Amino acid sequence: MADELVLLDTCVSMFGMRVRIALAEKGIKYEYKEQDLTNKSELLLKMNSINKKIPVLIHNGKPICESLIIVQYIDEVWNDRSPFLPSDPYQRAQARFWADFFDQKAVYAVGKKLVTTKGEEQEAAKKEFLEIYKTMERELGEKPYFGGEKFGYVDIALITFYSWFYVYETLEKFSMEAECPKIVAWAKRCMQKESVAKTLPDQKKVYKRVLELYGLK
Amino acid sequence: MAEEVKVFRTWSSPFAFRVVWALQFKGVPYENIYEDLSEKSSLLLHYNPIHKKVPVLVHNGKPLAESLVILEYIEETWKQTPLFPEDPYERATARFWARFGDDQVLPSVFGVFIKQGKEREEAIVTAHGNLKYLEEELRGKKFFSGEKIGFLDLAFGWVANLVSVFEEIQGLTLIDHEKYPLLLAWIQNFMDDPIIKESWPPRDKLITKYQALLGSFIPKEAAEK
Repeated sequence: MADELVLLDTCVSMFGMRVRIALAEKGIKYEYKEQDLTNKSELLLKMNSINKKIPVLIHNGKPICESLIIVQYIDEVWNDRSPFLPSDPYQRAQARFWADFFDQKAVYAVGKKLVTTKGEEQEAAKKEFLEIYKTMERELGEKPYFGGEKFGYVDIALITFYSWFYVYETLEKFSMEAECPKIVAWAKRCMQKESVAKTLPDQKKVYKRVLELYGLK
Repeated sequence: MAEEVKVFRTWSSPFAFRVVWALQFKGVPYENIYEDLSEKSSLLLHYNPIHKKVPVLVHNGKPLAESLVILEYIEETWKQTPLFPEDPYERATARFWARFGDDQVLPSVFGVFIKQGKEREEAIVTAHGNLKYLEEELRGKKFFSGEKIGFLDLAFGWVANLVSVFEEIQGLTLIDHEKYPLLLAWIQNFMDDPIIKESWPPRDKLITKYQALLGSFIPKEAAEK
């Protein structure tokens, strides 16, 4: 029986992008349904009645919510190819820890403060933002990917936020390459992968959209 | 090869209880290392430099932090007495509820007991909005995980562990018989389990501790975050 997969998402969501990259990495076909979050569809409200958020992956009619949970689900169901998590339980736990750490730090919210506030609040946000990435940079070390030799779970979790680097750099006049060179090198390496390159939007497009979204000049 | 399993914890941390319960259910011998959180040991800080919190599981010298991550590790390392569902969809659902529990239910319930006046009224509404999902999840089931205690029950252990203590201290019933018959039954069934029962800290000790903790939020305005 053919699998039926539907993804409820918005094209700019960094969380939705994680799922899209995961599906692309496994070569899985699915139907994409763009959602209007200002006017949520009946389908979204039914499939994620708890949080009413995207992304939601609907597999043969059954919904899975929360981007990292969806990515793990995809890895477990399509476990015959391109594993995202390592096979060793300790390495797997480390991967889960770092992805969870990154999400706990709420990079999106910190980034928003970085570009929409001024003065002390902004300085604090910038400091926090850079601290998060410097911590991740230390964890990356000399590895090509967070997953080691291969692109994996933590890489998927983090790379989608790369499309916003240009926004932060341009609006706040700093250089991620200067501050976190290994992270930028890692990001560019990930961008060489088709699944990532095809999923992440053009940085300049994101910039334009963010200006609109936050009413900035 | 001899296994060495240590759990850095406090005597009351509900997050640490998840870890020790999982080890106990699987019959894995371990050593408790009790921490004083007002004066964290250099070993704890070495093992968990990022969050500096308990619990930390150290298995043959290798540390792991974050209780939900540790539970997955325990499941994958010691395969006896499985605690997680086998089916990937059910596993994803359990993970979702565990996250919902930690990210939304727990803070909203805690909020009820540390806030005052109008803010407390609002907190109660929010908490009920979250707790109702737990009640619904128990429909037709003895435990969140089905017939036996599993991952999700351990993740919600704090509901059994802490809520009635908070209720007694503040003289306020949140989980009442009318709205939450299934949840109250779950609490009883959970606490009656011999493994859970044996590890349960004495109630009067919990009352004393949380009285001090909850008291520290008064007379200040409710914490802003």
